[in-house]
Amino acid sequence: MTGYILRRFLQIIPVFFGTTFLIYFMVFAVPGDPVLALFGDRTPNAAVIEQLHIRYHLDQPFIIQYFYYISGILQGDLGMSFSGQPVSEMLAATFPVTLRLAVLAVTIELVVGVSAGLLSGLRKGGIFDASALVVTLILISLPIFVIAFVSQFVIGIQLGWARPTVGPGAPIQDLILPAIVLASINLAVVTRLTRSTVIDTNRNDFVRMAYGKGLSHRRVVPTHILRNSLIPVTTSLAADFGILIVGATVTEGIFNVPGVGRALFNAIRLGEAPTVVSFVTVMVILYLIVNLIVDLLYGLLDPRIRYVK
Amino acid sequence: MSSDTIQTPTTTHYVAPIDETPLGAVDAVRVSDKASNLWLDAWRHLRGRPMFWISGILIVFIVFVALFPDLFTSVPPDNNCQLSVSNDGPSPGHPMGFTKQGCDVFSRVVHGASTSLSVGLLVTLIVATVGIIFGAFAGFFGGWIDSVLMRVGDIFFAIPYILAAVVIMSVLSAYRSVGVIALAIGLFAWPSTARILRSEVLRVKQSDFVMASTALGVSKVRTMLSHVLPNSIAPVIVVTTVSLAAAITAEATLSFLGVGLPSSFMSWGNDIAAAQTSLRTNPMTLIWPSLALSITVLSFIMLGETIREALDPKARAQR
Repeated sequence: MTGYILRRFLQIIPVFFGTTFLIYFMVFAVPGDPVLALFGDRTPNAAVIEQLHIRYHLDQPFIIQYFYYISGILQGDLGMSFSGQPVSEMLAATFPVTLRLAVLAVTIELVVGVSAGLLSGLRKGGIFDASALVVTLILISLPIFVIAFVSQFVIGIQLGWARPTVGPGAPIQDLILPAIVLASINLAVVTRLTRSTVIDTNRNDFVRMAYGKGLSHRRVVPTHILRNSLIPVTTSLAADFGILIVGATVTEGIFNVPGVGRALFNAIRLGEAPTVVSFVTVMVILYLIVNLIVDLLYGLLDPRIRYVK
Repeated sequence: MSSDTIQTPTTTHYVAPIDETPLGAVDAVRVSDKASNLWLDAWRHLRGRPMFWISGILIVFIVFVALFPDLFTSVPPDNNCQLSVSNDGPSPGHPMGFTKQGCDVFSRVVHGASTSLSVGLLVTLIVATVGIIFGAFAGFFGGWIDSVLMRVGDIFFAIPYILAAVVIMSVLSAYRSVGVIALAIGLFAWPSTARILRSEVLRVKQSDFVMASTALGVSKVRTMLSHVLPNSIAPVIVVTTVSLAAAITAEATLSFLGVGLPSSFMSWGNDIAAAQTSLRTNPMTLIWPSLALSITVLSFIMLGETIREALDPKARAQR
């Protein structure tokens, strides 16, 4: 297990440098003055240009600039937003809300997705299975902002079951509707994955053996079928973390949830490219960490993974 | 296999001319009256699936709308807007009502189709080209080429492609166009295609016909292009169909966030973003472009799904 952990840690190092380099390259390989490019069609004042030139060490060769930038990130220096607030402070202030929203969304996604997938996998071809296939197909096709607007309009405004926008302090009852919306993107994926792994697991000899021993359905399904089917679902959660980030940006923007997503949403809309870049860098690093953790978890859950190579 | 018949070959000989051997019966081959291969099998399966026909007809219709929008509406989408009809409901000749700016919603929905489709097609082209080159070379040549190409793929894969596109489009805000947005999405969306093709190439590479081709002295690149690639392309076609749908969603999301196409372009994402301020007063201006977007995405996903089932016997068994 230690060898496996070590190998995974070593693997992530080149990816970390690669991704941060790529992001830095995308911003600063633009022809002309990259600082001006960051502002698009707006003209920043001279002091801001000056400050950004110093911050990104633009008088140095490109590779040196990149190392200054990396060491800044590693020390938690993510630059300033246009309003003069350090990006790291913005992140610290908004992160707890997003974490609450994300945990709520992933819980909904797992509970609903796994039970729906299990039910349709066990009764393959039944009415529930057929309707689950249709519903998940439609869910996959609906862009997140369409789901967000429609549920905001129908549930929030027309039916009045929930507040259409989140109130100050983001109390948990206000977060339920945005969390359901956020969960809906990956819900279909979790349902379908659980269904297909349940069908695959069901064919295994150990399942037949368990029934052959005279164990009841109630005992075989949770301990033999479900446990073995959950392993791929764990990895899919990590892989879909990227979708969750984008989804959180849109959902928080629409429902006015005061989290990281809304801060990014506002920065994008206001054209604050340096802030956008800092946020995206942090999220990509977070994405790498989540994937690392899930990979380690995967090794813990499935001993076969640990011993490959 | 009820249609199989035992035929004594008359003209085609696989072993030796029939009169040279007394054992003519040995030469008899089992000939099915219908030729069969992966693609024919898939087509026979697809033919019987209603979902294939529904999605196919929808896609043909959407492409038709995108190519000839003027056949469907004579109202210009952009330059005939009158604030006097702002947020008005449907009226004769304007079946979907008006936007906040007083533009005809139906006309905007119709003209938005070509934007979505062209972004989708361009992204798919980029993703397929880069993905096939990386996946085929990595899988076929293996060794250090494989390691280098796949590590590069890992790096691109580690950045969620919509976030990458957000960064690119924020930086290139002065150059927003269909081509640039397609490049921004496609540049980071290809690694999954490369991975899928690579694993399929690794499998096909073990086949006897590849060894035969090498034994006959066909060059490595020729073997890859004419034997390995055609036999491992099936999963790529499925991913490509789905990635077209994903690209359309991505463009709409970027436009919705305000880093997509400029508002002078007819884009469903732009229209949805513009309509959100009228959500309480006139939700239909938001619903119509959303519906058009969702139906387009749904048809491509449905098509991808049916093709996947047709090409993959394992998926068929799970139904």
